[in-house]
Amino acid sequence: MDFSITQDQKMMQDSLSRTLSDSVPLDRVRRYAGAPADAGADIWSAIADFGLAGVVTPEAYGGLGLTLLDAALAAQALGRAVTPGPFLGGVAAAIALNEAGSADQQTRWSPKLASGEVTAGLAISEPVAGARDGAGVTAASGKLTGKALFVTDALTADLFVVADRSGNLHLVKADAAGLTRAAMTTIDQTRRVGELTFHETPAEPLGGPGTLARLRDAAWVLLAADSLGACEVMIEKAVDYAKERRQFGRVIGSFQAVKHMCAEMAAELEPCRALVWYAAYAFDEARDESSLTAAHAKAHTSEIGRFVARTATEVHGGMGITDLLGLHFWFKRVGLNRQLLGGPERVRRLAAQIQGLAA
Amino acid sequence: MDLKLTPEMEAFRDEVRGFLQTHEDRYAPNAGDERPREAALEWQALLIDHGYAARTIPREYGGYGAEPDILKSRIITEEFTAAGAPRGFANQGISMLVPTLLEVGSEEQKKRWIAPTLRGEVVWCQGYSEPGAGSDLASLQTKATEDGDDFLISGSKIWTSTAAQADMIFCLVRTEPQAPKHDGISYVLFPMKTPGIEVRPLKTMTGSAEFNEVFFTDVRVPQSAVVGGRGRGWFVANATLKHERGMLGDPNATEARLHSLIELMKTERVDGVRLIDDPVMCDRLMQLQARVLTMKFNGLRLLTASMTGESAGMAGLVVKLQGCELNHQIAALAIDALGELGVLYEDGPYLRSKGSWQRSYMFDLGLIIGGGTAQIQKNIISERGLGMPREPKLASV
Ligand SMILES: Cc1cc2nc3c(=O)[nH]c(=O)nc-3n(C[C@H](O)[C@H](O)[C@H](O)COP(=O)(O)OP(=O)(O)OC[C@H]3O[C@@H](n4cnc5c(N)ncnc54)[C@H](O)[C@@H]3O)c2cc1C
Repeated sequence: MDFSITQDQKMMQDSLSRTLSDSVPLDRVRRYAGAPADAGADIWSAIADFGLAGVVTPEAYGGLGLTLLDAALAAQALGRAVTPGPFLGGVAAAIALNEAGSADQQTRWSPKLASGEVTAGLAISEPVAGARDGAGVTAASGKLTGKALFVTDALTADLFVVADRSGNLHLVKADAAGLTRAAMTTIDQTRRVGELTFHETPAEPLGGPGTLARLRDAAWVLLAADSLGACEVMIEKAVDYAKERRQFGRVIGSFQAVKHMCAEMAAELEPCRALVWYAAYAFDEARDESSLTAAHAKAHTSEIGRFVARTATEVHGGMGITDLLGLHFWFKRVGLNRQLLGGPERVRRLAAQIQGLAA
Repeated sequence: MDLKLTPEMEAFRDEVRGFLQTHEDRYAPNAGDERPREAALEWQALLIDHGYAARTIPREYGGYGAEPDILKSRIITEEFTAAGAPRGFANQGISMLVPTLLEVGSEEQKKRWIAPTLRGEVVWCQGYSEPGAGSDLASLQTKATEDGDDFLISGSKIWTSTAAQADMIFCLVRTEPQAPKHDGISYVLFPMKTPGIEVRPLKTMTGSAEFNEVFFTDVRVPQSAVVGGRGRGWFVANATLKHERGMLGDPNATEARLHSLIELMKTERVDGVRLIDDPVMCDRLMQLQARVLTMKFNGLRLLTASMTGESAGMAGLVVKLQGCELNHQIAALAIDALGELGVLYEDGPYLRSKGSWQRSYMFDLGLIIGGGTAQIQKNIISERGLGMPREPKLASV
């Protein structure tokens, strides 16, 4: 038994973090945040150079052939650096292709996705988080009609994995007939989501509700890992700030009220790490526990994420809410991760249903 | 990460399961703070003989003498938790004194005390806290003055759990009054029947006297009863407090308790509706389940760290704080699920689970305080874990 990440995984995470802090420093994120949708292409190519676009794609298709745990560790590093880019959709598309794609689909798409040449967006919000305002997609004779909201990288992705109302998945090309795309502006400017409108849009089938459940579990784990990384940074920033900022003739980090705020953040976040790791591990190695642990990882990290975001901001005093400091990029990142693909209450209800504890 | 078990380990699991099934009729609850009764003593002996308690303690000291094998320990814990089988005694003698003696005790002290402690024949109490020395334990005043080969001990202790039932005490006393406060302390063992000791029970809010005040007047104790060297008591006690903190946040105990809560919510009905079918209650339950999972997997991280000899860092520092708080929250949800029935306290037709949730709800608050309060844990986390500065000392208050 070994409940830890390997030396290789640690090295991957560290060198990814180093690459990101070189190629995606905060002022780069800041520029990206206000820029047009396609402004992040160079950032994505740095990530793709790392092989991360194909992290779970089999080696035969040019990927790294790794596990969701590796993807989650990468997501954590991406969250630390509030990195833009279509990572979530890419991993989800790769999983869908691995698990439900035909040989033909795999040959056509997997290598391109793995190299980063083609990027993917994920459009599964309605069947997972619930449909608002009548959104939702219906499929009839290979064509999709309807609307999908909160689609990741909606304006820039080349390819979409779309779930219809019955939970069947489809692969849709961005230039498919009858597809229109529009941006949705969220609080989190580091990642982009949008709206897809389908009108008799041609689509390739790519698995049924079983595959959708797998994508949902994977996405929940990746969002949780992203929040974990973002929270780590917020705590580090709060602790560093508290060791420097002086009031009443001493550093505020020597005030117990401030120390205890920091201790509470650390004490809440640290155990999340083990749950996120386990949920990612279970996705590949203990499938019967995967949905339950993914749900708990997503919901719990969202709760702790909100607490850390709020407390870390508070430790910074007025500085915490300024644009100057940039802490808000992490605050908002965690905020999006919490709502995307289901808020904690909805996700926990599913956790209860999985165990037969709720109808 | 690799949590798969080898066939050898799976066979070991079957063995433990077999043992638990065969001996189901002999399960005896942990003695807790009471003097163990016959059935508990027998169960304990059975556990030691089969290597399910005192597993890695050398045979010469009355243990089972197995090589440390974290995996097997984990399997034992998992199977006992799943079967709802009691793990044998979890008293202060076993969890605190025994590891201390193994670490720093003299050969004679090990031979003399470990075996009967493990078997529950000698019950210990822990004499650390004093009225003026709780969180600030090192300021303790109970003094031991030299008198030939002996010490004469005078002073008083408070919050001493089990003092009324205990045979022996492991006690912190000040042997060098002139030394700086951390340096003048010694760790001594002596019988509670020694003349000059008076125990006065302190009733707690659960209604029973779980702890006591203990008064010493010229209690004569041989100097050979010092563990780990005269004046070294602070370091000895600190080695032990680490064990106490781990025990107090044990995620396996918490997981077992969550299972009981789930059962309660599946059976308890209001207006004919099961509590588990109330969405708000179910949501609260799921929030706690997520926390239990975080602590369970955090525990696996700690296990792995202890296998590889790496420091567990923050993952270890948070166990006491988070574990004790979580236990209390589980009891609190059970009380809310019980509604008005949750305030009953005497045996009667409406009392559920013999009132154990009510007792836990109150007693757990004590565990949040004992072994270092939540605030003290946060000081430890911020100072040792996050490297934040200590609060500056005031010249005078
Ligand atoms: C159920 C139970 C069993 C116990 N069993 C034993 C036993 O067997 N043997 C034994 O020796 N002791 C035992 N204790 C005592 C226990 O260790 C002390 O109660 C505990 O360390 C707290 O000390 P205190 O009660 O004096 O509280 P105090 O130290 O007076 O604390 C009062 C409040 O002040 C806060 N506080 C104190 N110092 C600080 C600080 N530096 N920063 C921030 N806040 C601070 C505390 O957190 C607390 O909220 C037991 C206690 C309980 C509740």
